[in-house]
Amino acid sequence: MAGLATTLGSGAMTNTIAEIGDAACILAIGSSTTEAHPIVGYQVKKAVRQGAKLIVANPQEVPLARFAHLYLQIKPGSDVALLMGMARVIIEEGLHDQKYIEERCEDFDQFKQSLEEYTPEFVSDITGVPREKVVEAARMYAENNPASILYCMGITQHSHGTDNVMAISNLALITGNLGKASAGVNPLRGQNNVQGSCDMGSLPNVYTGYQKVTDPAAREKFEEAWGVSLSGEPGLTHTEIFGAAYRGEIKALYLVGENPVLTEANAAHSTEAMGKLEFFVVQDIFLNETAQMADVVLPAASLLEKNGTVVNTERRVQRVRKVIEPVGEAKPDWWIVSAIANEMGAEGFAYNSAEEIFNEMTSLTPSYAGINYARLEEGSIQWPCPAEDHPGTPILHTEKFNTPSGKAKLVPISYRPSEDCCDFDFPLVLTTERNLYQYHSTMTRYSEGLDELSGGEHIRINPKDAEKMGISDGDMVEVKSRRGKLQVRAKITRNSQEGVASLSFHFAECPTNLLTSAALDPVAKTPETKVCAISIEKA
Amino acid sequence: MSEFITLTIDGREIKAAPGTSILRAALANDIYIPHLCDHKDLTSVGICRVCLVDIEGRRPTVSCMTPVEEGMVVSTANEELEQTRRMNLELLVLNHDYDCQNCAQNNKCQLQELTRFIGLDEDRIKAMRAPELADPIDDSNPYYLRDMNRCVRCGICVRACEEIQGDECIDFVFRGIETRIGVLGDKPIIDSTCTTCGECVTRCPVGALVPRHAVEPTYEVETVCPFCGCGCGILVGARGGKVVSSTAIPDSPSSGGSLCVKGRFGLGFVNSPRRLTTPLIRKEGKLVEAGWDEALSLVAEKLGRYKGSEYATIASAKCNVEDNYVMQKFTRAVMGTNNIDHCARL
Repeated sequence: MAGLATTLGSGAMTNTIAEIGDAACILAIGSSTTEAHPIVGYQVKKAVRQGAKLIVANPQEVPLARFAHLYLQIKPGSDVALLMGMARVIIEEGLHDQKYIEERCEDFDQFKQSLEEYTPEFVSDITGVPREKVVEAARMYAENNPASILYCMGITQHSHGTDNVMAISNLALITGNLGKASAGVNPLRGQNNVQGSCDMGSLPNVYTGYQKVTDPAAREKFEEAWGVSLSGEPGLTHTEIFGAAYRGEIKALYLVGENPVLTEANAAHSTEAMGKLEFFVVQDIFLNETAQMADVVLPAASLLEKNGTVVNTERRVQRVRKVIEPVGEAKPDWWIVSAIANEMGAEGFAYNSAEEIFNEMTSLTPSYAGINYARLEEGSIQWPCPAEDHPGTPILHTEKFNTPSGKAKLVPISYRPSEDCCDFDFPLVLTTERNLYQYHSTMTRYSEGLDELSGGEHIRINPKDAEKMGISDGDMVEVKSRRGKLQVRAKITRNSQEGVASLSFHFAECPTNLLTSAALDPVAKTPETKVCAISIEKA
Repeated sequence: MSEFITLTIDGREIKAAPGTSILRAALANDIYIPHLCDHKDLTSVGICRVCLVDIEGRRPTVSCMTPVEEGMVVSTANEELEQTRRMNLELLVLNHDYDCQNCAQNNKCQLQELTRFIGLDEDRIKAMRAPELADPIDDSNPYYLRDMNRCVRCGICVRACEEIQGDECIDFVFRGIETRIGVLGDKPIIDSTCTTCGECVTRCPVGALVPRHAVEPTYEVETVCPFCGCGCGILVGARGGKVVSSTAIPDSPSSGGSLCVKGRFGLGFVNSPRRLTTPLIRKEGKLVEAGWDEALSLVAEKLGRYKGSEYATIASAKCNVEDNYVMQKFTRAVMGTNNIDHCARL
């Protein structure tokens, strides 16, 4: 998100899901759309049926690649080279939108200069994609308007994830593909309310609506509303919190609805870190692997057992409603946190309903100011929605960008290789992926049937690699990285690129993140779970 | 061309947009024309031949495949039409297993609706009936059953798979009287590319595709799917304090009325006997059940010792807007630190 915040001033999907079906070109990069965002996948396939060109760039031949006009099997971690290489072709061939660049972008000259590095030879060498295909992709993207870019964790979970995102934004900007229907830069958000959690300031550097904790005016506003004095120093990010716990600097952790034992990069390290905590509270709907380590476990109501709102990947605020009473003594998360605050003698947590909380939030959040439960009864609203008579904003940046100058920034980027490099001992690259039938690590495992459909975990290996290592389909293998090892069955498939293997991370029986690297992107602090050097041998 | 076309159906003047079929124009104006293979979400194909109408100056025509024209005069019922329709319906029913009492679609079946409206000649059907129905039920998928003995070959499932899901996993296979719906290699559905989105199951007009373990809900509530960031609207049914069904909300703006396997079939986790139902507190190394009062005062007392930089919250993208607002407010206002993050980067 940090990448788009820099270039466009707002880190969210710029367009809506329904518009994707009408795009003339779709570039899906680092997204296994049909598996991770099935409904968006339906729209992509619809666009293709209506004649749109589809470019899929992914190290693994994901199911969506079957529908692509052009599939680019790039080497893991080479996205910047591909995207900047495409930009170079577009500008060299004069396919860029000069008028749009002049009117709406800045720093074009510096950006253009930085493209010198990306000669066709360099790009082919880094990405493993033949030159002609890079040229074809550049032309296909630039010549079919409107063009929409979809991306996901395959772009962000790298030690250079922010560079990847900015390279995507560059490409959309030089072709004038921002601020209009069926175009845009569209990060597909994972969890049902990941957009809403970010919007609410469950982040170490911002309050609600991305108001910075370092901004004295914002801080003063919240201090006044909450009747307390607040710290102006940004806090620690997710991965940093585990590091600090490991070093004994964080002593108490309150963890809600997450299972880091399976999902955190370099999971053994974070598991050890949680073991060192002096006080550890977990709030969840299941006693998952992480909750089993806690000092206190608090039972939460599931999403079908409470009222409230969620925000989907396209910034759409929607009402969720209680279907059944919470099981046993489970309570809504807001109730539990408020009860703890009240028990600690804090003021301002005497909430009686989700709606009261929502109203307090909107009074402090300009981008949500016009939204209320009564309006949401009539239908969902996409933020920004600054006033009650404002219809909401399906497409961002139609007139200007959210940067101080109102113009978008084109950013020069140099290619940086991934941190966890292969060598003699760890000759293969492991990348992580998702499975349609699973969702992260907990909920789907408790839904009978989904588990059966997903077919369990396998490490997917290219036939040539398998032959070299003497591995047959279905063999139990031992997978090692510089951080950990595990055993899993092998599936031999041409969908895996030579030299690359992949695992999902849904299964407690196969804790993939014991292997992955927690090397961080310097800006977004996202761990590099998509590139990890490994070795595989028959167990 | 004007915005609307005016025509007459059964003596009533009707307006419809150019390109609308006579069938859909009639239905939109509460004039019933019997039909089976037409579905509002899908292109029309004119397979079942029961939606025949008379158009002045023409021979009987299938209304689902005929676009409205200015000044058209349509009648939906007369003796000749009724007779032809009845015969067409009898041909559809011939190979249909109508043990209706034991069918999950009983009372919701469109074939029953047609039979009620058009009527059948049982003797004629018995005389024409094909050999014993003996297609084994395909129960290979954990969420739905395929019973080809109840299939009427309307092809709605084939079109749903092609036009909504986009995967084209199923199609008509074999020829003539052998024609039915199958997957590549005529294998069980589980061995196909089917992703169990259920778009076909939810549209099957008869009992050929039915959800397994279907339970009728006592009430339904509109909410949003709890899984991924697509945010599809779902109508969740409950009965006896348990979640028993989930269907797509047709006009949900993010999903357009579609769902995937998780939203349609995957909500069972809510009813899992392994849900946490009480607070747990670690005592002598073991997590043991406790009441809220004890748990809250213990957490409040302990957290009170770690205010400031020794404390952190990991919030959750699975929790609602309101939950997250309260978590960050608690972290900042009560615990005095900005150490809060969630799994957005994972």
